[in-house]
Amino acid sequence: MDDAANLTSFASVMLIFISAAFTDNILLTRFLGMCSVLGVSKKVDTSLGLGAAVIFVTTCTSGLNYLVYRYLLVPLELEYLRLIVFIVVIAAFVQFVEMVVERISEGLYNALGIFLPLITVNCAILGVSLFMLGTPYNLLQTLAYGAGAGTGWALAIAIIGGIREKINEQALPRGLAGPGITLIVIGIMSLAFVGFSGMIRI
Amino acid sequence: MLASIGLAIGFLAILTLLLAILLVFAERRILNYGPCTLDINDGKKSLTVTGGSSLLSSLAENDIFIPSACGGRGSCAYCKVQVLDGGGMVGPVEEPYLTPEDIKANVRLSCQVKVRRDITLAIPDELFLAKRFQGKLVHKRKLTYDMVELRIALNNPESIEFAAGQYIQLESQEYAGRDAVMRAYSISSIPSDNRHVEVIIRKVPEGICTTWVFDHLQEGQDVYLSGPFGDFKLSDSKAPAVFLAGGSGMAPIWSILRDMRERGDDREAIYFFSGRNQDDLFFTEELFALEKELPNFSYVPCLTREDPDSDWKGERGRIPAVLPKYIPDTTAYEAYLCGSSNLIDACVDAMKQRGLQEPNIFYDKFE
Ligand SMILES: Cc1cc2nc3c(=O)[nH]c(=O)nc-3n(C[C@H](O)[C@H](O)[C@H](O)COP(=O)(O)OP(=O)(O)OC[C@H]3O[C@@H](n4cnc5c(N)ncnc54)[C@H](O)[C@@H]3O)c2cc1C
Ligand code: FES
Repeated sequence: MDDAANLTSFASVMLIFISAAFTDNILLTRFLGMCSVLGVSKKVDTSLGLGAAVIFVTTCTSGLNYLVYRYLLVPLELEYLRLIVFIVVIAAFVQFVEMVVERISEGLYNALGIFLPLITVNCAILGVSLFMLGTPYNLLQTLAYGAGAGTGWALAIAIIGGIREKINEQALPRGLAGPGITLIVIGIMSLAFVGFSGMIRI
Repeated sequence: MLASIGLAIGFLAILTLLLAILLVFAERRILNYGPCTLDINDGKKSLTVTGGSSLLSSLAENDIFIPSACGGRGSCAYCKVQVLDGGGMVGPVEEPYLTPEDIKANVRLSCQVKVRRDITLAIPDELFLAKRFQGKLVHKRKLTYDMVELRIALNNPESIEFAAGQYIQLESQEYAGRDAVMRAYSISSIPSDNRHVEVIIRKVPEGICTTWVFDHLQEGQDVYLSGPFGDFKLSDSKAPAVFLAGGSGMAPIWSILRDMRERGDDREAIYFFSGRNQDDLFFTEELFALEKELPNFSYVPCLTREDPDSDWKGERGRIPAVLPKYIPDTTAYEAYLCGSSNLIDACVDAMKQRGLQEPNIFYDKFE
């Protein structure tokens, strides 16, 4: 009975969201989206900015790619093209969002705009779209899965940013500063997240 | 088999084409800001431009050249202008380059301000005079082991109007995988020779523009430059002047001194030039000859690393140490300094201790 996909819709959506964010944290259990983490996680506010952009984009692209897969690739028997098609869809979507954000709100553009191009090549986003294929979810559940995975990623990078703010990099051996210490921090954090594993099975 | 390959290729082609068209269409619709009006200096000039590009390039399209050394990437901070209205919020790229005073005065990096609506801005009047010139290199002369003089004949426009001491921006061309860039060089020729521009360039190891000048630029080649820029020039007062320079900092002062000779400006003037040893000196005979033509002028080259046993009879030591011998009290003086920031800062400190007044200090830092 703990098969989340079969529960009543609201409960299943919530469960999928939480499990994607915590037990299956895409950054800490699958180590996806590392390049942006290493590059942008120096401060909490930039981390949160990038995190917010990722949440938005994973949610929307997982939905879009679900539809593309279900209604284009499967009927045409072109499932094997999913990788390249998903990438194209994500890139186009991010471009589009960048334009819209620039037009409607300059403040939002200044806060998120510089992160959006980074996201086009963020493997976590592509990862979410690909993992969704292995699940029996419907559209709503897929959206919840995308949002959850994005939220988990954002949460993780914000925590990493917080820890990095506290680390005095001057005091570290030279080879360890920057990416080195960040990887160690992520390693320790993912050990902590192992504690969540198996709590919900999806 | 063939059919499925065809289907795959066709599908991908159609999908990407569709998305591309969608994006182009969206860009036209969403990012179309229409015609915008740029109101410059309280209505002195008003331009209508198509919105969507940066303020810097919109102005350049209308022949107003704001200095820019990085080509609009937001890393040189030369392109500052005052945007009084319509500039939008300060972006994350420009923020680090703006001082609190800049922010208060609405100063922005014009390459980072996008024209999205009507903009009211203020720029120094002299920038209206700046133009882009096409010219030909007529000679490239070696002055010292690491210094050349370029003489450029102007073709289009044919003549330039500038004040001695101002600078131009030279455009290097692409070579060996390095981008075209713009760099500032002080004009070393005199304003009356208005069909030519001369500059003195010192080689910077690995420097993008200087390597182009030393290794790639040849006599007879077309060159592009814009200017004149800058407010480093002789004041209208009759106050005694102290000039200080090192290396290629010679250029503007060489122009100012010869301009003084031409105008019969006989104010008291003394020129300290810093070099490591005699190999760093150039124009030495010409400058000592100027002492005879300008009645109150003297030239003091100072060498810091000259071999103690050499035949050098001039000053040995750094300018801050030599200067008090010549000018015990700098209170009444105006100081004009040109060269590296180390040299300038050290000399300004030394002279301030001897009474030099802040408003009478003028300098161009080359790095
Ligand atoms: C107002 C103004 C007037 C100037 N007038 C002259 C002039 O008359 N003659 C002249 O030769 N130069 C002058 N300069 C300096 C000139 O604009 C360039 O900065 C210089 O020629 C180096 O350019 P580059 O493209 O070769 O080097 P870049 O590729 O820009 O720099 C390469 C490396 O050298 C360092 N560097 C940059 N500039 C210098 C420098 N001047 N000395 C030592 N290291 C440097 C940089 O930090 C960088 O690491 C002036 C600069 C200013 C701002
Ligand atoms: S042009 Fe260099 S910062 Fe704007």
